[in-house]
Amino acid sequence: MFDTLSDRLSAAFKNLRGKGKLTDADIDATAREIRIALLEADVALPVVKEFIAAVKERAGGAEVRGGLNPAQQVIKIVNEELVRILGGETRELRFAKRPPTVIMLAGLQGAGKTTLAGKLAKWLKESKHQTPMLVAADLQRPNAVTQLQVVGERAGVPVFAPEPGNGVGDPVEVARQAMEEARTKQHSVVIVDTAGRLGVDEELMKQAADIRDAVTPDEILFVVDAMIGQDAVNTAQAFLDGVGFDGVVLAKLDGDARGGAALSIAQVTGRQVMFASNGEKLEDFDVFHPDRMASRILGMGDVMSLIEKA
Amino acid sequence: ARSQGSLGKGLLALLSRDTLDEEAWEDIETTLITADVGVAPTQELVERLRTRVRVEGVTADQARAILREELVALLDPTLDRSLKVERKGDQPAVVMVVGVNGTGKTTTVGKLARVLVAEDKHVVLGAADTFRAAAADQLQTWGERVGVRTVRGPEGGDPASIAFEAVKQGIDESADVVLIDTAGRLHTKTGLMDELGKVKRVIEKSAEVDEVLLVIDATTGQNGLTQARVFAEVINVTGLVLTKLDGTAKGGIVIAVQRELGVPVKLVGLGEGADDLAPFDAEQFVDALLD
Ligand SMILES: Nc1nc2c(ncn2[C@@H]2O[C@H](COP(=O)(O)OP(=O)(O)OP(=O)(O)O)[C@@H](O)[C@H]2O)c(=O)[nH]1
Ligand SMILES: Nc1nc2c(ncn2[C@@H]2O[C@H](COP(=O)(O)OP(=O)(O)OP(=O)(O)O)[C@@H](O)[C@H]2O)c(=O)[nH]1
Ligand SMILES: [Mg+2]
Ligand SMILES: [Mg+2]
Repeated sequence: MFDTLSDRLSAAFKNLRGKGKLTDADIDATAREIRIALLEADVALPVVKEFIAAVKERAGGAEVRGGLNPAQQVIKIVNEELVRILGGETRELRFAKRPPTVIMLAGLQGAGKTTLAGKLAKWLKESKHQTPMLVAADLQRPNAVTQLQVVGERAGVPVFAPEPGNGVGDPVEVARQAMEEARTKQHSVVIVDTAGRLGVDEELMKQAADIRDAVTPDEILFVVDAMIGQDAVNTAQAFLDGVGFDGVVLAKLDGDARGGAALSIAQVTGRQVMFASNGEKLEDFDVFHPDRMASRILGMGDVMSLIEKA
Repeated sequence: ARSQGSLGKGLLALLSRDTLDEEAWEDIETTLITADVGVAPTQELVERLRTRVRVEGVTADQARAILREELVALLDPTLDRSLKVERKGDQPAVVMVVGVNGTGKTTTVGKLARVLVAEDKHVVLGAADTFRAAAADQLQTWGERVGVRTVRGPEGGDPASIAFEAVKQGIDESADVVLIDTAGRLHTKTGLMDELGKVKRVIEKSAEVDEVLLVIDATTGQNGLTQARVFAEVINVTGLVLTKLDGTAKGGIVIAVQRELGVPVKLVGLGEGADDLAPFDAEQFVDALLD
């Protein structure tokens, strides 16, 4: 896939080489290739359209400037636009002025929430010297509670799990009790794991909102699978409307999916990706780097080297 | 811009118009791309549709039927989508369920067991995911839910020997079917992919593996094709399961996957409950995709 993109852009740029100014036809040809590349990276179609429009507009006046020929300038513009939408600088996690800081996780089924709960807890404990507590508020998925307990044990943090789950217990009540527990035991951070749910499931979305109201989170993180396709925008919007979120975590980035959803979600919701989950082990976790993601989505490593060739 | 939900209806309206203008063609493309059909397959489809509209001189109204027809044809309704779950002589049928992380493998095993039990089959589950936290517990809960026994081993144990054990148990109990749940693994992890091949080879020491079902999450985008390719290289995939079709994702990637692998989508997952499993129906799938 990477090769095709390079090939395509090389072909598109061959015609641009040596020209002092880009014609509209040049820009159209380039835009077409970038459009395909973005779609193949799973960037949502409406977002691709907006993106291309913005790039075209900026590229319109591109002239030989600052040692870059017009073709190089288009690439530079594409890269800048990608990084801008992805959020520029990395945003830090917000801690509550008066602890505990509450972090609530939400997302589709199987996205990577429970695993992330463990990763966050470990990271907060080891790098930020916090004393986190995990809360088992997925009482639905078979053995979700057991899974969180195992994860908590691996992370070396306590898990608040007053209900057995598998359909038994009220997650909203668990969330409420968790706040008391955290205050009593003086935990500085509370991480609430919730059941996976669909954007269209109104009942479960209402439950998520109720859990939110019970714990008043400092950060609601929307966890999304990096392999997700065009549905990313619908789902992100549904979660934004249904429960709201402050940041995004892209999970399973250790695969070879281009992760265009990062761009789609950031553009449509205005919420930044804050963390990258990139493996099944608890230490496979990183803060998110917009510039790296930009390179990944468009195969920009290649594209940047194209600048040299252009 | 029109919202996603109304696109399908808009498409039908557009196709019903007397003439197909450029805007109409673009909307057809939009519908297909937003359903994760993929850029190249979409362009191919639109090209074919354009040609047929031109050559056959069809009306815009007929074009609508043609698009549906082309999509259904791509999914080849004549393919045999039945599962091989019959005992062979003195041996149980063996079904392995594989795929990347979190697609719905364990849930599918549970639901499938339910279907088989309803057909009066004696089923044994094998918990060959020894990696994910509480994976065996999750499978066992499913087993209890549908009334079948789960063979499991210690966490971190060797998945191949548990699979072997489960099949042996199936043979000893004269079971009809042994369902083996495997750990989710990204196709990029060669070590884990090799492990999967090993699980199959070890099972084959005592019984033939009749089905290898690759589970694909309907929300998966273009990476689904890469996943499928690599899994098919490592293990002989015999069928696809498309899960989470109860959400807003259309699962269009399976069109390319089925075509590339030459292996049919056999089942669809429509929810988290035990009864939310259905046979794949090409026409229903296409109608939902165009809706
Ligand atoms: N390769 C890889 N696998 C991951 C990553 N994060 C989670 N997983 C795996 O993905 C699967 C699902 O992860 P969970 O953490 O259980 O996902 P969840 O969102 O809690 O799922 P539900 O509670 O069922 O909605 C498991 O097999 C995890 O090991 C990641 O970053 N990389
Ligand atoms: N809405 C919906 N959710 C599903 C469906 N199938 C599975 N799920 C949910 O998706 C999540 C992951 O399902 P699992 O069966 O644990 O997936 P898995 O492939 O076994 O995951 P790993 O073993 O971690 O790779 C769970 O929350 C399931 O309840 C489906 O068809 N529809
Ligand atoms: Mg979970
Ligand atoms: Mg599983």
